[in-house]
Amino acid sequence: MRKQVLQGLKSLTFPIMSILVALIFGAIIMGALGYDVQKAYLSLLNGAFGNVNSIGETLIQVTPLLFTALSYAVALRCGIVNLGAEGQLYIGAVCGSMAGAHISGLPPLIHVILALTCGFLGGALWGLIVGVLKVRFGASELITTIMLNYIALEFVSFCVTNPPFKDMTPGAAPRMTSVLDSAKLSKLMEGSSRLHSGILLALAAVLFYYIFMWKTTKGYEMRVIGMNPNAGRYSGMNIKLNSMLSLFLAGGFAGLGGVIHIIGLTYFLSEGFSNNFGFSGVAVALLGGCHPLGMIISAVLFGALNAGGIKMQLLAGVPSASIYMIQGMIIVFAVSRELFLWFSNSGKGIMYQIGRRRNNA
Amino acid sequence: MLDTIVNFLTADIRTATPLLLAALGLVFSERAGIVNIGTEGIMLTGALLGCVGSFIFKSSLMGAVFAIAGGAIAGLIFAYFTVTLRSNQIVVGTAFNIFAIGLTVTLNRLILNGVKVNSYSNYPIPGLSKIPLLGRVLFNWSVPVYLAFLAVPVCWFVLYRTNTGLKVRAVGEYPKACDTVGINVFKVRYAVILFSGMMSGFAGSFVSMGQLSSFTEGMVSGKGFMALAVCVFGNYSPVTVLLAALLFGASDALKYRLTTTGLGSYYQFLNMLPYIITIVALCAFTKRSNKPAFSSVPYRKE
Amino acid sequence: MPENILEMKNITKRFASVVANEDINLSVKKGEIHALLGENGAGKSTLMNCLYGMYDSYEGEIYFDGKLVEIQDPKHAIAIGIGMVHQHFMLIPVLTVIENVVLGLKENKEILDLNSAAKKFTELGKRYNMEIDPWVRVEQLSVGQQQRLEILKALYREARLLILDEPTAVLTPGEIDSLFDMMTKLKNEGQTVIFISHKLNEIMKICDRCTVLRQGRLEATVNIEDVKNREELAALMVGREVELVVEKNPVQLLEERLVVKDLCCDNDRKLPAVKNVSFEVRGGEILGICGVDGNGQSELIQSITGLRPVSSGQVFINGVDATNCDARRVLDLSVSHVPEDRHKFGMIGQMNVEENLLLVSYKEDRFAGKGLLKWNIIDQHSKKICDDFNVKTPSIKELAKNLSGGNQQKFVVGRELERTPRLLIAVHPSRGLDIGATKYIQAQMLKQRDNGAAVLMVSTELDELIELSDRILVIFEGEVMGIIDQKEASRETLGPLMAGVR
Repeated sequence: MRKQVLQGLKSLTFPIMSILVALIFGAIIMGALGYDVQKAYLSLLNGAFGNVNSIGETLIQVTPLLFTALSYAVALRCGIVNLGAEGQLYIGAVCGSMAGAHISGLPPLIHVILALTCGFLGGALWGLIVGVLKVRFGASELITTIMLNYIALEFVSFCVTNPPFKDMTPGAAPRMTSVLDSAKLSKLMEGSSRLHSGILLALAAVLFYYIFMWKTTKGYEMRVIGMNPNAGRYSGMNIKLNSMLSLFLAGGFAGLGGVIHIIGLTYFLSEGFSNNFGFSGVAVALLGGCHPLGMIISAVLFGALNAGGIKMQLLAGVPSASIYMIQGMIIVFAVSRELFLWFSNSGKGIMYQIGRRRNNA
Repeated sequence: MLDTIVNFLTADIRTATPLLLAALGLVFSERAGIVNIGTEGIMLTGALLGCVGSFIFKSSLMGAVFAIAGGAIAGLIFAYFTVTLRSNQIVVGTAFNIFAIGLTVTLNRLILNGVKVNSYSNYPIPGLSKIPLLGRVLFNWSVPVYLAFLAVPVCWFVLYRTNTGLKVRAVGEYPKACDTVGINVFKVRYAVILFSGMMSGFAGSFVSMGQLSSFTEGMVSGKGFMALAVCVFGNYSPVTVLLAALLFGASDALKYRLTTTGLGSYYQFLNMLPYIITIVALCAFTKRSNKPAFSSVPYRKE
Repeated sequence: MPENILEMKNITKRFASVVANEDINLSVKKGEIHALLGENGAGKSTLMNCLYGMYDSYEGEIYFDGKLVEIQDPKHAIAIGIGMVHQHFMLIPVLTVIENVVLGLKENKEILDLNSAAKKFTELGKRYNMEIDPWVRVEQLSVGQQQRLEILKALYREARLLILDEPTAVLTPGEIDSLFDMMTKLKNEGQTVIFISHKLNEIMKICDRCTVLRQGRLEATVNIEDVKNREELAALMVGREVELVVEKNPVQLLEERLVVKDLCCDNDRKLPAVKNVSFEVRGGEILGICGVDGNGQSELIQSITGLRPVSSGQVFINGVDATNCDARRVLDLSVSHVPEDRHKFGMIGQMNVEENLLLVSYKEDRFAGKGLLKWNIIDQHSKKICDDFNVKTPSIKELAKNLSGGNQQKFVVGRELERTPRLLIAVHPSRGLDIGATKYIQAQMLKQRDNGAAVLMVSTELDELIELSDRILVIFEGEVMGIIDQKEASRETLGPLMAGVR
């Protein structure tokens, strides 16, 4: 048991180092561009953890990030690279939002479940399209998912500017109809915090992912196929069905992330509500090793960066989009195991190189 | 009627040019076994840096220099992580895209803020540009367009008739075999990634300076991925890539054409057209006979 | 003129904690054919890879033609006159012959002049009686031709020392004779050849001297004419007396378990790979499928086990029509399949031993209920298989890729045999294994046979087939050449059939 804990801690040092290095590089870049780095990072920290409301804001960002991370992870476990969480999230949000806004007379619990289901199915079907294209035509999911992202964005643009989807209230900004009260998620805290029960749903989803992947026969099948599809085939597994199922689930997770953000926070869908959740989800999943606990921790990190970034733009004038630079660097460092090994062996490594050069002279 | 055709074809070529430039670079890197998803981010960065260079020096040439240099640097960084450190190419590429969004938005707000810059000026070829129809379509362009089309036969020749091209083709197919005859797999991959980065950066500069004259956030919106699709759909070969790029350009031109008709109020669906056509093309042409056997596999020496 | 063209002194090569070569001394005389003998994993390829510059570092010294050399990379090795023909050909299938030949040559001009290279290549081919069309793509050549191409490639680069790494593994007996003729011709032209092999018969036939490696160390260097028989070499190779002949009980036949009738199927390139193959296998017997790799065996097995569509003909398993069934259905008919490449098809390196052992039976009631896996029971079961089949592993949670090849194959075989199949299909079961593991696996297969299972075994090792099988089916270009009883099976009767001569 102790060995496992030590192993776990050891495997944490690398991601933590990646984050620290990325933050340092980020500071260097921001400094070079003329921003007040100290003010920027302080407001970042403040915005993420400064007070109860800030923590609430962080958790609000964590919620969709966990869902998009699960989206990437469940597909990756089956050997598929799902870069389409952004689009799946939006389609799920559209479907869930419609269910939440246009069906009246339902008791709250039922209405919420209905909206969640529609959100899940919307995203799931959007993901399934990728699966069918891959299985039937061999189309690479790397490109189809991205294309479907843009198609989804255009569709959202259509929905917020055209009836029957559009909110027809005079003077309202372009957006979809607001969801009814019965479809809204409850707030978790008294006072001014916007934190809603979506975070609990997100944690439940992570638990489901864990049980599904490691405790069920289906999850075992998917993991086998993800690691060695040939061995899976030889053991009688159906690669095509499992691929499609994994994309169905992946899209569903992302769709849930979208609809929960609407019925929990904004109550209506407008263009661009996603704070790059789709691609950040990729980063969260990778940094967390596609493991439940790891993903929760890295979701908190990225959520903190997002929430803090908003404050940072407000107080220090640094565009919140600059957070993406830090995120990009975290990802790159996180997957560069060899770089880490070089650092930890750098003493030995350098001596080795020098010795070899001397030998070959 | 003639005008319609000319407008259609010019719109086609205008859209196809950045796709073609980037895809030609990708042909080389893909053939050597590298999948560069980050092309989108490099194109976006090139679009921004082109405007920055043009803004500072009041010259589109300097813009091009900035864009190409930026693409080269991005390429080197990508190569370092994927070839030397053997990190997963898809992941690093995705990270580049995320980083590029952050970088371009930040730099844009800081330096440009949507200001108009010197764009690529047109250089009609004397004599040839006076030919009816063909002249207006083919010989009335700016330098990047001419370069893009001239690059096609050059790339074809290099890929199939030179020692360098042979090495590139071999490295993606069977890196270990290349190692055994003494080819430096890492050097070849660095070279193609550098080339691809420069082409993508240059392509990006054309998106901002060749079609509009300023930088807008998110203006590349998928063109980098379309360039990847063009490369795949064009069967990893320069001449077929040209045809593929023109097809994609046509879908975009079609979109503009339809906007003026009654479908205009559903313009979002027209905007979807290029993306849908990309998917359809990918599905219809997955008999990728030229796809390298060792595509996206990092090479490890023992 | 120094007598030894090559001297390797005190060569030691380590990979992480494993010592692949330890303090090895090798000297090769000019103009001789020198064998490098050892089991799988003894260090033969490692030693030659050191020589060829494939590794960044090693300890010791190498003298070529009397001069001390430090070979940085294959380019350097080629430059000083060392050529290597690897076991897995280093050829690029989609490129043409001549493109492969000139690939990486220092003297290539930027704009390639393939015409003059082709001329030079053809002349070289005529000289050594190995003519190959320079303009075809390598993937269009036969395996034997590709091997000849590899040798020509080395000669084109003016190699004086040729290293052949297990060259006969992919050849028919007839092609092996051609190869030996070629080697003799090379010897007469003043070339030196190092012949890496674990095939005792061949070494006895063609080589002048033999250096034996065992577990990374030099065991002995002998003159072949002083060696009396194979057993002597085998003893040196293994370090103890080796029983090369297998004890077998007389066959006791039961009912038919597998019936194949006029089976036809295509390969991946849509060309016919199996043509009207018919045979049956009964319980209690071993039917060996004999043939050089690439003559349709893989496709045949795949079409029987539901992994490849059957274009015509029928497959009956345990009396049930199993033609074109999916793999799951076939496995459920009490069939066990030990696949031809355990890394590719039989196991998952990134998973631990326990999860690997679950591979085929994970849906069975004893391991899963209502879709949920019963890990406690699975734990016990895994430990039992490891015990029963002598799988050496620190724990069942150890990652499969960390086990040795022999132990990996043992747990793959163990997993399949534990299901007590009525039909066992084993493809190249002892490929890449040392003698100890090989004998163990062969004993297990015999045990299944004695217990009444029908065993269908595909192998390229003639010795193994002749010793284990009750009947041998020879396949050539997808057709059945003949089915021979064990009593009449020998290299002389099987060889011609393997080469397509009825």
